[in-house]
Amino acid sequence: MPSTAFHAPDSVEDVVALLAADPTARPLGGGTDLIVQMRSGRLAPGSVVDFKRIAGMTGVRREGDGFVIGAATPCTALKADAALAAAWPGVVEAANLIGSVQVRNRATMAGNLCNASPAADSVPALIAAGATCVVAGPSGKREVPVQEIPVAPGKTSLAPGEFVVEIRLPARPEGGGDAYLRSTPRTEMDIAVVGAGVSLVLDADGTCTSARVALGAVGPTVVLVEEAGKALVGTKLDDDALAAMSRAVQAASNPIDDKRGSVSYRKAMAGVLARRAALIAATRAGAKA
Amino acid sequence: MSKIHVSTTLNGDAAEFLCDPSASLLDALRDELGLTGSKEGCGSGDCGACTVVLDGEMVCSCLVFAAEAEGGTIQTIEGVAESAVLHPVQQKFLEHGALQCGFCTPGFIVAAKALLDRNPDPTETEVRYWLAGNLCRCTGYDKIVRAVMDAAAELRQDRPSERTPA
Ligand SMILES: Cc1cc2nc3c(=O)[nH]c(=O)nc-3n(C[C@H](O)[C@H](O)[C@H](O)COP(=O)(O)OP(=O)(O)OC[C@H]3O[C@@H](n4cnc5c(N)ncnc54)[C@H](O)[C@@H]3O)c2cc1C
Ligand code: FES
Ligand code: FES
Repeated sequence: MPSTAFHAPDSVEDVVALLAADPTARPLGGGTDLIVQMRSGRLAPGSVVDFKRIAGMTGVRREGDGFVIGAATPCTALKADAALAAAWPGVVEAANLIGSVQVRNRATMAGNLCNASPAADSVPALIAAGATCVVAGPSGKREVPVQEIPVAPGKTSLAPGEFVVEIRLPARPEGGGDAYLRSTPRTEMDIAVVGAGVSLVLDADGTCTSARVALGAVGPTVVLVEEAGKALVGTKLDDDALAAMSRAVQAASNPIDDKRGSVSYRKAMAGVLARRAALIAATRAGAKA
Repeated sequence: MSKIHVSTTLNGDAAEFLCDPSASLLDALRDELGLTGSKEGCGSGDCGACTVVLDGEMVCSCLVFAAEAEGGTIQTIEGVAESAVLHPVQQKFLEHGALQCGFCTPGFIVAAKALLDRNPDPTETEVRYWLAGNLCRCTGYDKIVRAVMDAAAELRQDRPSERTPA
């Protein structure tokens, strides 16, 4: 690797100042994308700014009934938080599909999001759940919906000097449930050919009152498919409703053709996975309603 | 670019080293500290041959900057045996012939020990998922899994007998 400076400041302000001073500087979370990209020569940042030493960056805290996840929190720590895993099992499972135990002990959801891969596993689940992130930058902090961060493969909407300091998940709604499923050739250590996250709310008689469906690996970024959510609202997730949702998912899918999957296969699987994820989310909603 | 000074606790002892800012922890262990047990199979997080335990969690040392280890506690394959006595995981790897070329073995042993330290009674499925980040191109995995299951059984036997000596 060409020489790159390494900084590990202990305040958000110092991280922002270091990032703002050098447009090639990269924040360092778990490093499981960044270090691989640096080693392969794809990325040669002038400096790497490790924000893990800032107090409060690692760990999950409750705020009301919602959750605040520090940007440096590794995926395995999400699983260890019983309240979070019970409230948002789809998000926690999605984050724990990433890589191996070794990788998940480092990898963060903020890094998964800011790496801006269309196949990032935790991102469809976060978007379906209605997660936001708090971004710190030269002009202070702002809260942004997760789906507004990635803009193209490897590109985010973050301005120079900005980085994500936390991911926020709302309280699990009464009668709510979520799920994320991906399709991969191998069961572990593989990149999603298609991923689908669904979060929905059922009322006391099982009618869906709100639903969000997000897809991974079927376009240049993870996408929120509003039409797919609408197809479920007002229904009891009968076959017709699920078929309408699958059609909306397929219509919104614009995948690439590569050795991992053809366009028609990815589209078909997007519909299938969204349907299965919706049924798991509904079972979870029912079980906890 | 000037070198960074890093202080750690390595296999129970204080250890300091100098590293380039972009050097990996694996580079530092092998080249600065002379601990060549951890291997570099891929350098990209895929093979697990470089597995070490950092602050209580197993990680790929090729995907950690050496500078990130400042103030940290590291356990490597060199710290698994207690002086001349092999750890049960090591002993069972030998008994079951769970290695051929041996390149993957340090990573498997560190990872397997990390599992048994927290779960003394894993199912075969749990062992296989836990070790999914460790690749072996020789053995076909079966003997590795059997060695880990057998080591777990032995550790379960040892522990109660330590508490209630006969
Ligand atoms: C063997 C292996 C298997 C993998 N398998 C999967 C998989 O199955 N699914 C999957 O989705 N991914 C997978 N990945 C990719 C990677 O592990 C994930 O994307 C991970 O979540 C990245 O998180 P990180 O904290 O390591 O990010 P880093 O590598 O630290 O950062 C990634 C990018 O985001 C930037 N960044 C990091 N944190 C922030 C922040 N807080 N604010 C702004 N920018 C930030 C960095 O500068 C960098 O550009 C795998 C990687 C490896 C090595
Ligand atoms: S060398 Fe680190 S995972 Fe292969
Ligand atoms: S024994 Fe050769 S790679 Fe595992």
